[in-house]
Amino acid sequence: MIAAVPIPWLVLLPALLLTGTALLVMVADLWMEGPDRDGLGWLGIAGLVVALIASVTLWNQHEGGFGGTLVLDRYALFFNLVFCLAAGLTLLMSMNYLEFTDIRVGDYYSLIVFATLGMVLMAAAADLIVIFLGLEVMSIAVYVLAGIWRQQQRSTEAALKYFLLGAFATGFLLFGIALLYGATGTTALAGISAQVLKVGGEQRLLLLAGMALLLIGFGFKVAAVPFHVWTPDVYEGAPTSITALMAVGVKAAAFAAFVRVFVQALGALTAEWAPVLWVLAVLTMTAGNVIALLQQNIKRMLAYSSIAHAGYLVLGLIAARDGGGGAVLFYLVVYALMNLGAFAVVIALGQRGAANEQLDDYAGVGFRHPFLGFAMSVFMLSLAGLPPLAGFAGKFYLFAAAVKAGYIGLAVIGVLNSVVSMYYYAGVLVKMYMVEGGAAVAEVTTRPYLVATVILTVIGTLLLGVFPSFTHELARQAFLSLG
Amino acid sequence: MLSLIVFTPLLGGLFVLLMQRDNLPAIRRAAFVLSLLPLGLSLRLLAGFDAAEAGMQFVESAAWIPQFNIRYQVGIDGISLWLVLLTTFLTPLVIVAGWGDVHKRVKEYMFFMLALETGMLGAFVALDLFLFYVFWEVMLIPMYFLIGVWGGPRRIYAAIKFVLFTMTGSLLMLVAILYLASAHAQQSGQLSFDMLRLYDLSLPLAQQRWLFAAFALAFAIKVPMFPLHTWLPDAHVEAPTGGSVILAGILLKLGTYGFLRLAIPLFPVAAAQAVPLMMVLAVIGIIYGALVAMVQPDLKKLVAYSSVSHLGFVMLGLFAFNHQGVMGGIYQMLNHGLSTGALFLLVGVIYERRHTRLISEFGGLWQQLPVYAVCFLIVMLSSVGLPGLNGFVGEFLILLGAFNAHPALGALATSGVVLGAVYMLWMFQRVMFGPLSNPANQRLTDMSRLERAVLAPILVMIVVMGVYPQPFLRRMEPAVNAYLARIEKQVADHRASETLVAQSAGTLALHQPVR
Repeated sequence: MIAAVPIPWLVLLPALLLTGTALLVMVADLWMEGPDRDGLGWLGIAGLVVALIASVTLWNQHEGGFGGTLVLDRYALFFNLVFCLAAGLTLLMSMNYLEFTDIRVGDYYSLIVFATLGMVLMAAAADLIVIFLGLEVMSIAVYVLAGIWRQQQRSTEAALKYFLLGAFATGFLLFGIALLYGATGTTALAGISAQVLKVGGEQRLLLLAGMALLLIGFGFKVAAVPFHVWTPDVYEGAPTSITALMAVGVKAAAFAAFVRVFVQALGALTAEWAPVLWVLAVLTMTAGNVIALLQQNIKRMLAYSSIAHAGYLVLGLIAARDGGGGAVLFYLVVYALMNLGAFAVVIALGQRGAANEQLDDYAGVGFRHPFLGFAMSVFMLSLAGLPPLAGFAGKFYLFAAAVKAGYIGLAVIGVLNSVVSMYYYAGVLVKMYMVEGGAAVAEVTTRPYLVATVILTVIGTLLLGVFPSFTHELARQAFLSLG
Repeated sequence: MLSLIVFTPLLGGLFVLLMQRDNLPAIRRAAFVLSLLPLGLSLRLLAGFDAAEAGMQFVESAAWIPQFNIRYQVGIDGISLWLVLLTTFLTPLVIVAGWGDVHKRVKEYMFFMLALETGMLGAFVALDLFLFYVFWEVMLIPMYFLIGVWGGPRRIYAAIKFVLFTMTGSLLMLVAILYLASAHAQQSGQLSFDMLRLYDLSLPLAQQRWLFAAFALAFAIKVPMFPLHTWLPDAHVEAPTGGSVILAGILLKLGTYGFLRLAIPLFPVAAAQAVPLMMVLAVIGIIYGALVAMVQPDLKKLVAYSSVSHLGFVMLGLFAFNHQGVMGGIYQMLNHGLSTGALFLLVGVIYERRHTRLISEFGGLWQQLPVYAVCFLIVMLSSVGLPGLNGFVGEFLILLGAFNAHPALGALATSGVVLGAVYMLWMFQRVMFGPLSNPANQRLTDMSRLERAVLAPILVMIVVMGVYPQPFLRRMEPAVNAYLARIEKQVADHRASETLVAQSAGTLALHQPVR
């Protein structure tokens, strides 16, 4: 006689909506033959919007399900917003992108929704095993997406690299989970949190080793130095829309789990992990920014810059309890907007057969395509952290938390890194407005979905820069719901 | 009222940006008329300004980022009043000057000029540190474009150097601002970015020193003080005429203003301890700037280095920490804005005609361009500090203050005045006198009506401020007195508490054997 397990429908709602959407898109693909597949994209977007609305309406709920392995708290819901936003904008820009790259695989759209499902599971997981499951759902979908441009050798190469190193990272993560289980006898975050201080002797060694392995696993996923080496090749090789999703969505999901595990489960060990993360943050910011200086390809430049941004986020994670947690969540929203916008501009300036990804291709773009040039300037300056753009507000909250927590040195290293980053972000502006020539990008046809993506992200970047408090307040509440 | 003044230029700029690209006369005229609006509004501000009041006037305040207690808060006192007027006065002139010498991407040029004006005005009136920082950084971008798009051959290098130098300083200041706000939270339970409230915060000296260093670095780069001045000649030489005028006329003043409004009053004890260092650096700046200016073959570089020297005077006055010095420093900020702005405009006039700025290319211009020469003469004499013109009043007050504070440094600084006269007069002689030997100069036309119209208001102000400085000084005085009184009190309090600590330490020592 098996007792009927009550199914926590409410907790599952966002995930179920996404699963339904993904399956629906997959099935619809069978009926939508022919060159025009925009309908699939719209279907995906509709599903994401519904999931987003559901997440908004559930804001005041706080429930657990499946024996507390999955939770529905503001933290998870806030991340759902980030993921739906990122995936939705990715779908929007993809509809034009697929047109001129000849990626004609219908599964493309459903895979993006599946990846989003994985992200949502990661953010809602209250158990290491569920985090692992979410990570795999997300990663496998993204491995495929990275290699989906089969005509391009570098896309295949990116997929292989990403898959191999991703599997490697997963191994670390799984091993870490095993050690933590060995030390504490549980994989539930709450259980671990209750046990960590009681563990002593050899068990404690096991615990610390498990923590270190988890750190490596997450380090890989958020592309922190020295676990970042896969990033530039994969980012450059993958289809640009997927690069955007990886840089924004995958990174946000990894941070969602990272913060939950280290703050909620291992918060009592802050004294142990904070110094390690301190070094990691400094390395990540500095190496990312310095190597980005040398890049001639804009996708690689954005890849290294995204490494640097992971460093800023780790800085916020260290100061999580002093306002850094809310700052990390806020920054992920801001980062999603400005980075997706930047990638959308990169796509918009490309054309069939010529991706125009070299920085030299950007010469004169500012005056030839005033709107795209303006948008790119907004994104670059926001990424560099200049007011009154969203990137500044984000960095302000991060650095404020670091200062409040007493990490003045780290904050100073962070701001000096911003100066370095200004050099290469401003370099894009130099190319666009101060260098003549650049016939390569002369003929760009207007593509409505790309333009829409760019407009949305520009508005978001400006709005969150001038009026950051509402979103930041949501982020703060979300973090506080971790308890 | 203040917000209106601050944001009308930006709105005007956006309006210009929406205009038809080809209709240049309309764009130019619109930009000029729109830049007159803030001037008109700020004149009304002057009319309504209460000269006897020391505190902030026309204050506007609204919550902005409530979680951090950040407010949109603006206001002016007798110090910022004049800097606001300087800004709104120079901008229309620069825009008109741009009618003649900017021919590519006119619309964008006018937009960036107007956006820059908003940034500068905002920084002068901000009363919240966060708001100040935002405006402070917002200024960077238009200037970056003005140098980078409309500048000379090495414009990209100069533009990036300008941005990186400024950002390094200002981001460290951001960390200091955050630290200051959280220090306030620790003492009173609430974060605060309110400048006036933070004035009353008393911090341990060790912390004050670090914070002062961070603020001072940001402002010293902007001033620029020796040895942080190296971005300035590059930026000036490469910038278009209008950019140079704004850069020298107003942007640099934000550095000295920052010292006056933030670095010194927020950390008075640390600032008082830094006086010897700052005064010495100021004097080095005065003499070094003058010496380097003397040997410049390029007119614009000469004027750029003269700025390093003149701003050394301003810093000397501000760090004299006495009434004459500070009053002189502020007055000299205005003077330098007018004189050096005019010098750059004048250099621009002949550059337009000859496309060279090398002094050796000229000579005997007086015969060919008499009106130009007379204008140049007046401006040059104002810059040198001839009695009866504005420069004299400021320099005199500064030196008086410097002598009171530190006679030896005052004496050294006076030699800077002499050197200033030397390089300016020598330059004038080489450009204007002698035979008109270079054939290229023999067909030059004198200043156009437009160029005269741009320069005339500045010349009038140069004379007015030299002959009748009273209306200007009178409105500054209450604010300056309050400023000095506050610093003196805090420094005295600190001394008292130090002696108290020393005494109580002594008592403890006495009691110890008994235990």
